[in-house]
Amino acid sequence: MSYRLHLGVFFTGVGPQTIWTDPAFTSHTHIDRFVDTIRTLERGLFDAFFLGEGLRVRENRGRVHELDVAGRPDAITQLAALAAETTHIGLVATQNTTYNFPADLARRLASLDAISGGRAGWNIVTTDNAWTGENFRYGGWLPHERRYERANAFVETAKTLWGGAPVDRHDDLIDVTAGPTVPARPVLFQAGDSAGGRDLAARHADVVFSANTDYDKALAYAADLRERLAAYGRSADSLRILPGAAVVLGDTPADAAEKARYIQREQVTGPRALAFLEQYWGKDLSGYDPEGPLPDIEPAEGELDPSRGTIAIEHRTGKAERIAGWRKLAAERNLSLRDLVIEVTPQHSTFVGTPSQIADEWQRYVENRAVDGFNILPQLLPGTVEDIVDKLVPELQSRGIYRTEYEGTTLREHLDLPA
Amino acid sequence: MSQPQLHLALEIGGATADTEIAAAAEAAGFALVTIADSPLAGDRIEAGVRAAHLARRTRRIGLGPNLHVTTTEPFHLATQLASLDHASLGRGAWVVGAESSPAAFATVGNPPLTGDDLRREIADVIDVTRQLWDSWEDDAIIRDTATGRFLDAGKVHHVNFTGERFSIVGPLITPRPPQGQLVVLGADTLGVTGRLDIALIDAPDPDPLRRRAQQARADGAPLVFADLTGNPAELLGLIDRVGGIVDGVRLRLTDPADFPRLAAALGREPVTGPALRDTLGLPRPANRFAAA
Repeated sequence: MSYRLHLGVFFTGVGPQTIWTDPAFTSHTHIDRFVDTIRTLERGLFDAFFLGEGLRVRENRGRVHELDVAGRPDAITQLAALAAETTHIGLVATQNTTYNFPADLARRLASLDAISGGRAGWNIVTTDNAWTGENFRYGGWLPHERRYERANAFVETAKTLWGGAPVDRHDDLIDVTAGPTVPARPVLFQAGDSAGGRDLAARHADVVFSANTDYDKALAYAADLRERLAAYGRSADSLRILPGAAVVLGDTPADAAEKARYIQREQVTGPRALAFLEQYWGKDLSGYDPEGPLPDIEPAEGELDPSRGTIAIEHRTGKAERIAGWRKLAAERNLSLRDLVIEVTPQHSTFVGTPSQIADEWQRYVENRAVDGFNILPQLLPGTVEDIVDKLVPELQSRGIYRTEYEGTTLREHLDLPA
Repeated sequence: MSQPQLHLALEIGGATADTEIAAAAEAAGFALVTIADSPLAGDRIEAGVRAAHLARRTRRIGLGPNLHVTTTEPFHLATQLASLDHASLGRGAWVVGAESSPAAFATVGNPPLTGDDLRREIADVIDVTRQLWDSWEDDAIIRDTATGRFLDAGKVHHVNFTGERFSIVGPLITPRPPQGQLVVLGADTLGVTGRLDIALIDAPDPDPLRRRAQQARADGAPLVFADLTGNPAELLGLIDRVGGIVDGVRLRLTDPADFPRLAAALGREPVTGPALRDTLGLPRPANRFAAA
């Protein structure tokens, strides 16, 4: 049997991956642009459209970060509006379990599922970030090591309410007395890659939005996850794996490579390279030339704060060693400040090539069950989305690994999940 | 008729035919629909979700979900409402809810608030919501390719709000709503009339209505609406009696299925909008954080 490929688009709405300097870019906040995007995706028979979440505007050294796109809607509100503009595509809201009330969020997700005719998904994320918590009633209440305990308890609460039963639970993680919601069964997505995240996925998730995109990593990850599923009595086929991926299409391999180079240089502009290093130096570096050498001054005392929202907790310490490593790498390879940042910036795995090349590669992934599909992070708006739908989708269809029409109406049906 | 025409609002919420009724209200010249809700009404579609969906099924009519300050995170509430205004291109409103039964508070694990504590909480949530809506100036997105700056950080503001029970740093994650500030409605009995755009008065008899309307205007409400409930014939009679006392009426039909009869009797043309503030004659407010 040839396994089917499933596709989503992850619309982050913040961060450097969206090339706002591109001449074709108009707006990433206007509702009409969201409607255009999701209708194009529905024409391309996509499984799902995802919205990201970030509950504090990113900052750089205490000041709002100016260089990236920013400004996004409440995900559930936006998806409820987009539900009225579409008929099939799944609508996935990223929502965290730390700074939400369980009964309130469960009710809003159930409402989205009901109003869209069974198309809602919830991308479950956690945070311990007290800086983000400064926008909420109980900022910083949850210790880092307990964030997945809270997430599991939160998801259990939501599932109970969706299933038609009340919840009356009072402990140090959950304090709720609430009645059931409208009947609902949103598809549960999970993105965390830590052991706690994988465990939450194995217990509760229908889909994982993983970071393991490279072929060998994807295979190993799939094996690990299927083992964990078995430990919770779930079948290997009860979970879909959709890693994040960027896609750069060209009419020829050289054309695609050139476009990829353009995207990378636009993503790491000189000012962005300086701002990236300022997070680690903790000092104003605006006087340095991005095309010159790394700053020769020493960084500020103290470890990193998470105020950009982009630095994983394991990277918030040990900056002295990190900076020493960068200096060594820049010296060895004679890299400018900006080239060094391009080299060390975490990149989402990118597929670069002609539609036929990428379709061949994805066929290998899906037939060997390294993945069940991809969740695509668009870099050019509307270019990435239009290119994929108009050029890559037909190649996938001709290989028999992608649908030629929607066979069901719910997100659960699109993903071939157990009923 | 010498008096200006009363603005019409219709209360919906909970019916499976909400979408059809909202579209019919739009065709019948109503300025807005308000969507009743309660944190204890789990068997209904949540009002904010319903309003956002209606935003794309209607074109002219205002949409006012009833969101409760007592059982939500103020930051989420402000974001949800700002997003509704963006999705509806400026037709968003907020009916301030303050469901304060012990059962409502128990849904979020909080002890009940009453009296002055409750009033203070309502006032704090309205205040921080209004500040968050202004936290991005209208021209904060500059897209200056020469300097690589997408935003002007000088135009995206921390609000640094400290209330009695919570504090919020801000800014909102969502740019300023198209209307600047959504239209905020609430009962004159909440004790926050000066913070409202429309005070709702539930007193159908002209004498107490006149007294309370005068008080609401004195307290600073730009518009005053009477809350009226009944069948179409009763509502038409009530509307005649409150003309000249209030600026508008919010109607609740005892049987929503009677709406076509009510609409036919009122005989109004659809409002022209495009924003709810335009329909209501309310100016778009200046941004409190913008340099004068």
